[in-house]
Amino acid sequence: MNDAALVALRRLRAPIVLLVLVFAVGIVGLVLIPGTDAAGQPWRMTIFDALYFMSYTASTIGFGEIPQAFNTAQRVWVTLIIYASVIGWAYLVANLLTLAQDRAFRTVLEAGRFRRQVRALREPFYVICGFGETGALVGRALDTLGIRFVAIDISEARIQELDLFDLAQDAPAMIGNARDPENLVAAGMTRPQCRGVLTLTNDDQANLAVAISVRLLNPSVPVLARSMSRDASANMASFGADHVVNPFAKFGEYLAIAIRSPGSHRLMSWLTGLPGTTLEPETAPPRGHWIVCGYGRFGSEVVQAFRGQGLDVTIIDPDELDLGELRLVRGLGTDAATLERAGVRGAVGIVAGTDDDVVNLAIAVTAREARPGIFTIVRQNLRTNRALLEAYDADITMVSSEIIAHECLALLQTPLLGRFLETVKGKDDAWADRVIERLQAVIGVDVPDAWRVAMDAVDAPACCDALGRDDYPVTLADLCRDTTDRDRRLECVPLLLLRGTDSLVLPDETMRLQLGDEVLFAGRPAARRAQRPVLRNVNVRDYVVRGIDVPGGWIWQRFTHTTR
Amino acid sequence: MNLEKVVFAFFIILAATLNFGFVIGEIDNPLHHHVWEFFAAFVVNVVATVLKFGDRTQVGATHLATSLVALLQLAAAALIWTLAPTGPDGTIAPETMTSIVSLSAGALLANVVSVVILIVETTLQRR
Repeated sequence: MNDAALVALRRLRAPIVLLVLVFAVGIVGLVLIPGTDAAGQPWRMTIFDALYFMSYTASTIGFGEIPQAFNTAQRVWVTLIIYASVIGWAYLVANLLTLAQDRAFRTVLEAGRFRRQVRALREPFYVICGFGETGALVGRALDTLGIRFVAIDISEARIQELDLFDLAQDAPAMIGNARDPENLVAAGMTRPQCRGVLTLTNDDQANLAVAISVRLLNPSVPVLARSMSRDASANMASFGADHVVNPFAKFGEYLAIAIRSPGSHRLMSWLTGLPGTTLEPETAPPRGHWIVCGYGRFGSEVVQAFRGQGLDVTIIDPDELDLGELRLVRGLGTDAATLERAGVRGAVGIVAGTDDDVVNLAIAVTAREARPGIFTIVRQNLRTNRALLEAYDADITMVSSEIIAHECLALLQTPLLGRFLETVKGKDDAWADRVIERLQAVIGVDVPDAWRVAMDAVDAPACCDALGRDDYPVTLADLCRDTTDRDRRLECVPLLLLRGTDSLVLPDETMRLQLGDEVLFAGRPAARRAQRPVLRNVNVRDYVVRGIDVPGGWIWQRFTHTTR
Repeated sequence: MNLEKVVFAFFIILAATLNFGFVIGEIDNPLHHHVWEFFAAFVVNVVATVLKFGDRTQVGATHLATSLVALLQLAAAALIWTLAPTGPDGTIAPETMTSIVSLSAGALLANVVSVVILIVETTLQRR
């Protein structure tokens, strides 16, 4: 029996006992009071007759089938028990209604439903702790990629919002504190299908608590934690979070890449883009004098990125800060005078990075007035202010939740993608532009899926079989052929080939594959599906690789003198 | 003293005593087994079962199980009593009475177990 039923039964004890007693008294009365039959002879109900009568009267069904018409004494008694039983039923119904509205009872009901839903998950899934802006963004992206997830959030409103999301697959959701290990276990953290825990709350302490609980309760499950400061990141990493994402540090890192090699930045954001978005035009922060407004967690990362690229930076902050050699102008930056003092006329760009969206917009607007065409980077703190920032149209808008979502997608799709992106970080602009051009020619501008294919017996049994033979070369290009017309190309491109400890970036497609190779592909989801039969079905493999339709059966093979 | 505990114990013991009172006597003699005593035993058993609803403990579960067994046996006996053919003057055949009483005796055993659990539970509590 589940918890909800137990609670219900316990709460309904009193009304049920009352009804039983009313029935008992009613039956006793009906049997004891003598009736009169049609012939005027005395007649008594049996206990069963009385129970039958009580059942249809007391439940207000009023069936009306009575063995004999009642006499006055019986009618008096029946009148009394009708009232008594109606009161009994009303009491029971009232209790049921109170119970249905009872908060504690509903919590128990919902917890039971949540557990059942989680137990019913047979596919791999992720647990998302904290379903705010970031969590919701990641959840939606996972859903689009066809990956299941379970959500926990402390706020009832956010969990209710999840119902309105119109997801392709049901996502079990629970209102509860993710710091409580019991809630994590209820969310399926210890189940074998759980592929990872993403802790994305806006509270570093809570994220740390989740990382620790997962590490202790199920060490095999990877944890991805969001953190808002370098200290917290270090703390989480030492407590066993596998990936720590600090949106400010990430932004700083990407900004540095964007300054050094805009193409690499463009390629990276495209490959980790949210499903349904497209390739963005290149944004290259210019070199020169920069102004950074607000020197907090965000501002300091940005300044570090600029300094790393050898750029000249002036900081505007209302507080007295000890910045060493950096120039500091006291103020908010929303007024022209402060910006003038910071040298806005000679600046190439400005970063509006305070934790107040209105202040950031004011800074950006004033800066554009003072120097038209200045490169603006605006930090957006709240998603609700999105319309304002879109209307302003900054060169770069920094949104924490989107940065974290990009990072999650890069890490979750396949670890090989992370490896590829690491290589991209070190490449120059021209290389990245060539890669984008090549990918765009095959895939188009939509954000591609990334997937891994391993040349082993599990992932590619058909190819594995061929690779064991010397006379059967399989190349990378063969894996990109359409299964219905081998001269047509699937919309996918191999990005990375892993052979032993060597990794080849953008491998030559005429290269012969070997057993144990791992390949990272980027392409349309349809191409990913179309590629599967080549790897698994020997007949499809024979057609795609050799171009011959080898008959499948033994008799046909004999008949046509073909063998595989 | 807790009124809830008193009511709980009262119904469990009453269920057992009424059941015992009905069962005692010659097994096939209808004169020894009165229908009202059976009715009372049945009603009190239903009440005792309802009172046991919703206890999550292991002892609570066993309690509920014994009551459900007793109720099942008594319901079977009641069904026989209702459906069995009676003589012209409403008398019950000795064979029918035998089955009714033996089924009730089974219920009595379950009720006795229930009482034993109640006593054991009480003595285990220090207060």
